[in-house]
Amino acid sequence: MAAAPKRPPLPVILLANDLLDGDVVFARAEDAGALSWTRDPALALVAAEEPDAVRLEGFAAAEIAAQHVVDAYLVDVAIGADGPVPRHFRERFKTLGPSNRPDLGKQAGEGIAARRSA
Amino acid sequence: MYRYDEFDERFVRDRVAQFSDQVARRLDGSLTEDEFKPLRLKNGVYLQLHAYMLRIAVPYGTLSSKQMRQLALIGERFDRGYGHFTTRQNLQFNWPKLRDVPEILGLLADVEMHCIQTSGNCIRNVTADHFAGVAQDEIEDPRPVCELIRQWSTAHPEFSYLPRKFKIAATGAQHDRAVTKAHDIGLRIVRHPDSGEIGYEISVGGGLGRTPMIGKVVRDFLPKPDLLAYLEAIMRVYNQEGRRDNKYKARVKILVHEIGTEEFRSRVEAEFATLDGPSVNADPEELARIEAYFAPPAYETLPRESAALAAARASNPAFDRWAGTNLTPHRADGYSAVTISLKPIGLAPGDATSEQMRVIADLAERYSFDELRVTHAQNIVLPHVRQDDLHAIWEALVPAGLATANSGLITDIIACPGLDYCALATARSIPIAQAIQQRFEDAERQTEIGELNIKISGCINACGHHHVGHIGILGLEKRGIESYQITLGGDATENAAVGEILGPGLPAEEVPGAIEAIVGVYEAERNDGERFIETVKRVGLSPFKAAFKELSHAAD
Repeated sequence: MAAAPKRPPLPVILLANDLLDGDVVFARAEDAGALSWTRDPALALVAAEEPDAVRLEGFAAAEIAAQHVVDAYLVDVAIGADGPVPRHFRERFKTLGPSNRPDLGKQAGEGIAARRSA
Repeated sequence: MYRYDEFDERFVRDRVAQFSDQVARRLDGSLTEDEFKPLRLKNGVYLQLHAYMLRIAVPYGTLSSKQMRQLALIGERFDRGYGHFTTRQNLQFNWPKLRDVPEILGLLADVEMHCIQTSGNCIRNVTADHFAGVAQDEIEDPRPVCELIRQWSTAHPEFSYLPRKFKIAATGAQHDRAVTKAHDIGLRIVRHPDSGEIGYEISVGGGLGRTPMIGKVVRDFLPKPDLLAYLEAIMRVYNQEGRRDNKYKARVKILVHEIGTEEFRSRVEAEFATLDGPSVNADPEELARIEAYFAPPAYETLPRESAALAAARASNPAFDRWAGTNLTPHRADGYSAVTISLKPIGLAPGDATSEQMRVIADLAERYSFDELRVTHAQNIVLPHVRQDDLHAIWEALVPAGLATANSGLITDIIACPGLDYCALATARSIPIAQAIQQRFEDAERQTEIGELNIKISGCINACGHHHVGHIGILGLEKRGIESYQITLGGDATENAAVGEILGPGLPAEEVPGAIEAIVGVYEAERNDGERFIETVKRVGLSPFKAAFKELSHAAD
């Protein structure tokens, strides 16, 4: 699966589904600058410039090849008070969970709380 | 109920072992996602928005208590404590982890279940009338033939790579409760008008999705023994001539539409004539073996009407209301079929918690010969209940949130998972269903309105059957927001019809008001005792369109 052929407008984040668990993950920058994955959309690395987006695409391709994630693609975002928010409602749901079940998914902190403090 | 023989058991166990190996090879990098995807889909594993989804086959909608309990266990241990019953009588889990799927498939195999034929371009799990073997208007139970088709079609080498998916539904009754006319093949068990012999009426080319079509009858009467050869002839014509250049034109309905019913029929008959029938058709002994599993349970001899039921109804208005909506007459005196509504006001249509599944399984074991049905309308049926036991059943359903008295009413809404879960969806379905349910929550009002089917799909693929809803709602994206197109006059029964669009799409918050306006026209126009769909058919769309137009103007 190649990265999205047409890049959405900047700024963008990279999201994917974890291969083993299936839940949504976001590319983030480690303190040392290396890219890794986080369950927390608030920690997603926002690529505001073209080279940053290209770097995210390269990370997506490498991580797909390494059997870590599936369905990785860039999503255009607005910058909200709590971090990046996808502009399209479909992708917003991916950062939250089912709207009829606020007790489930990222909106309920699933997979997020432990990692944010880590 | 059908029980696996050693071949069924071996086949399903082998499939679990194969898939376990495929998952291991995916994880060690031997299989890429492109290679793995068709393999996982053949085992019911989809990737949705938030997680994987596992679709479990419930052949012809029949479950035992033991199977339902196993589903409850899987939901609790590997998912989030609930499952979603679908419009194809299957069950979906929304949150399984890929690493757990092999173990889940093993647990399913323990109770003679699997996820085969729930995805991919094959003949899918066959669906049936949920009142099969129960209904008073039935000529013959369609489930033995569904089971025969399941055995014939499972991993059929010639039909494993069809141009597109292929859905078959069967009914043995006069009244079509299985939406057979909206399936690739619809089978209706009929009695020959002259000889009285039992056979099949075969329709082909029905379907919903982006090009809704009502199935065309290609054979008025097919003798029973010829069934598999005739189905094989249909499948061959489709497999060879169905379009493979465009997935949106690849269903058999497009082939039938493009070449015409007459031409399609003559090609099928020509193929049928060249087939060696006896080598394809089922051995009568094998059919008899299967039929024996579906023999009616040992009913007690009871009076036609239960005095206990009448007394309980007279003394308890809430029970009386439920009994008035959720019971279906049974062919055996003193028995009823009970519809357990999975449509409580304000919750997702078709969802059941593991706890509820266990309550239902216990009731089936105690009161319904250990048998359950899943309906295409996303409810559960206890098919054979003594009327004397109905009050006790209702008392057990109430605390479990399963006693909603709305079967067939305006709040008994079919809705696909929509954009709250589904990767294909263009808009949400569940919140629209919830908003309509809340608007029409008043039980008296629902009873006054009477039978009214609302069906909601979150995209053009129409899993929510919106085309055949009396009122259909289709969620689309329009200029960056969710927009809902409303259709009127669809019919899922033997009078199958595709609904017509009433007007421009509406934003979500205006949908309940639009439904209210449509119901208002019905209430003003209806004759005494006339059902919603009958009024729509009699008066036509104009008054509804006028009310709808007024509504849009008011919103502008």
